[in-house]
Order: sequence, then structure tokens, then C-alpha cells
Amino acid sequence: MKSDSFEPKIIAFCCHYCAYSSADLAGSMRIQYPPNIRIIRTPCTGRLETEYFMKALENGADGVLVAGCLEGGCHFIEGNLCAKRRVNYIRDMLAEIGIDKERLRMVNVSAAMGRPLADIITDMVETVRKLGPNPLGQARTESKLEISL
Amino acid sequence: MIVAERKLIPELMDIVSGHDRILVLGCGTCVTVCLAGGEREVSIISSALRMASRLKNKPLDIEELTIERQCDNVFIEQAAEAIQRNDAVVSLGCGAGVQAIAERYAGKPVYAGLNTEFIGILEERGIWEEKCAGCGSCVLHEYGGICPVTRCAKRLMNGPCGGSREDRCEVRPDRKCAWQLIYERLKGIGQLDRLKKITPPKNWSSSLNGGYRVIVREDHRI
Repeated sequence: MKSDSFEPKIIAFCCHYCAYSSADLAGSMRIQYPPNIRIIRTPCTGRLETEYFMKALENGADGVLVAGCLEGGCHFIEGNLCAKRRVNYIRDMLAEIGIDKERLRMVNVSAAMGRPLADIITDMVETVRKLGPNPLGQARTESKLEISL
Repeated sequence: MIVAERKLIPELMDIVSGHDRILVLGCGTCVTVCLAGGEREVSIISSALRMASRLKNKPLDIEELTIERQCDNVFIEQAAEAIQRNDAVVSLGCGAGVQAIAERYAGKPVYAGLNTEFIGILEERGIWEEKCAGCGSCVLHEYGGICPVTRCAKRLMNGPCGGSREDRCEVRPDRKCAWQLIYERLKGIGQLDRLKKITPPKNWSSSLNGGYRVIVREDHRI
């Protein structure tokens, strides 16, 4: 696949209390962000297990974005801090495997940050676009990815 | 419990090179509690190995299984079929578990996926500390329940050494001085007199001598 025609497929785990709402806000404000992300709403980023990041990449996602509340602003006190540590653990493991750790990223937003979230998504998409397709993704098909994720 | 840590993925890839189908076998006891070799870690490490092998264009066919205890025949039998249908086993059990599997399946390569570290406990979330060296001759009653064999860097039986700084060890300043802990503990339970006794050098014949240790209980044999 040529890089200029490559459209990354990015899984975004969005916390219900912040990133998911700010994505909603971005929509209400008619702010556009790249359609490359597939949002999965979670009750809190602290709910996310490390396996989820691994499975998403193993099954062909080009990138994984974990969007939680601002530090200190977690609805469940410190779920986003737990998520941050888990993301860092898997980023290190990705480096061991030989996959660029920038394919997995954690960001923090509040529910009022529609515009910044759109910028964050754009930045993530551009970062992954530069990295190219998931090196594991040769066998990936549209339907298989949708089913497995 | 026995505390272990996972091996890094490149090392594991070297270990399993030459095999196409492997079983990643977890253990549901100590290594599950220390978050090194339980069902979740089996899933994560298997994912990592699958990804790493695909990147090398030698994709591994990995089966995942976790049994209750790898050091117990009753549970090992539950893994028999899975072990037989794979080329090799990567055991995420402790060193005892790996050997238990290896000895029972003579024709099957069995590899350690973890580095077994020590007998210890979870002190805080994510922090495990060594408590017991398994020396075979417990002296905890003499030292207020704090083991100088394990927790003193110099294994002093008559401490502290001259390097004790406040409550810190001179060998590892981020560690507490075991002898300071022993003093405080004995003081707290009113047994400071125990420190007046000079303990002779430890007899290591119960531990680092004469090969591996075997305990026989005739009353339990059939």
C-alpha cells in the first residue's frame, strides 16, 4: 500500500466522562476530525486491561488512542492514572516486539475540549500515517478487523 | 508465595526459535498472584510472541492454557492433551513448575518463560519483597520474626554491621537495615534480651549442601 493512499485505522478508547463527551461536543460544534478513528466508549480508562491494547494491534489496528480525563479530574479518582501506567507498560512491550511504541498513545482531555480533542486525533492520525500500516496487518481485511475488534 | 518476573520478548523469541506450534502454559497459583504467569499474562505474552513472530515472517501457532498448579500431578494431567499436540511448551510457572512439566513429558521441550526470583510477599500494589531464603533451618523466633538470612545484605546472624545508617542498609541505601528492624521489633515485644546472645555461624548444611533437598513423610506415604 502506498503511503499517500494509506488511511490509518485507529482504535480510540474514550472515557465516557470526558473524551467521549468531548468527541460529542466536537460534533455538535461542527468541528471536523479525521474519520480514521473508531471510538469505543469505556466507563473509565481505568477499566481498560492491557490485553485490549495488544489485541487491537495484533488484530490489525494501525494505532490505539487511549483518551482519559485530565490528571486529577478522573470521575473514579485515579482510573486515568492506572491507565497511564498500563499504557506505558505495553508501550515498552511493543518496543521489545519491534513495533513502534507511538502506535499506542494516551492523552488526557476534559469533556469541554472538543477542539483540542480534534487536534489530538488529527495529530495521532498523522503520526500513524507517517509510521505506515501496521506491520502485522498484511493479512488484515476490512470485515475481519471489524469483527475481531 | 514464589515471586517471578517475565522474560523479555526478544529472549523468549530466541528460546522458541525452531518451533512452529507452542503451548504457553500459565499457572494459577503463586505466579498468578504476582502477576507474572497467570491467565492474563498468558494472553499478553502469547499476543506479544505472535506479533514478534509475524514480524519475522515465521508466525507461531500459539495455544494458551492456564492450569491451577503446575507443581501438582493432578493439575498437570489436565494439560496433557494440549502439551502433546504442540511442539514445545513455554511454561509461565515458577522453576518448580517448569521442571515438573519437563520431567513428566520426556519427549517434549519445555522452556521457562519467567525468571523465578524469590519467596516473598506483596508489600504494596505492584511491589513484592523477598522474605524467605528457604534455608531449611528457620531462625525467625530468635529475631522477632524478621529474617537476617534473607533481609540483611550480609546475612549477619549477629548484627548490625558498622554500615547501618539510621534505618538504612549501606549495601543498598534504598533498603531498610534488617537489624534495625529486628531491634525495633524485639523492643516492641519486650524481647531485647535475645540480642545479648551470640549466635554461632549459621550451619548451611540444611540448604546449600549435598544437592537438592527431599522431604519424606512416611506417615503420608502409601
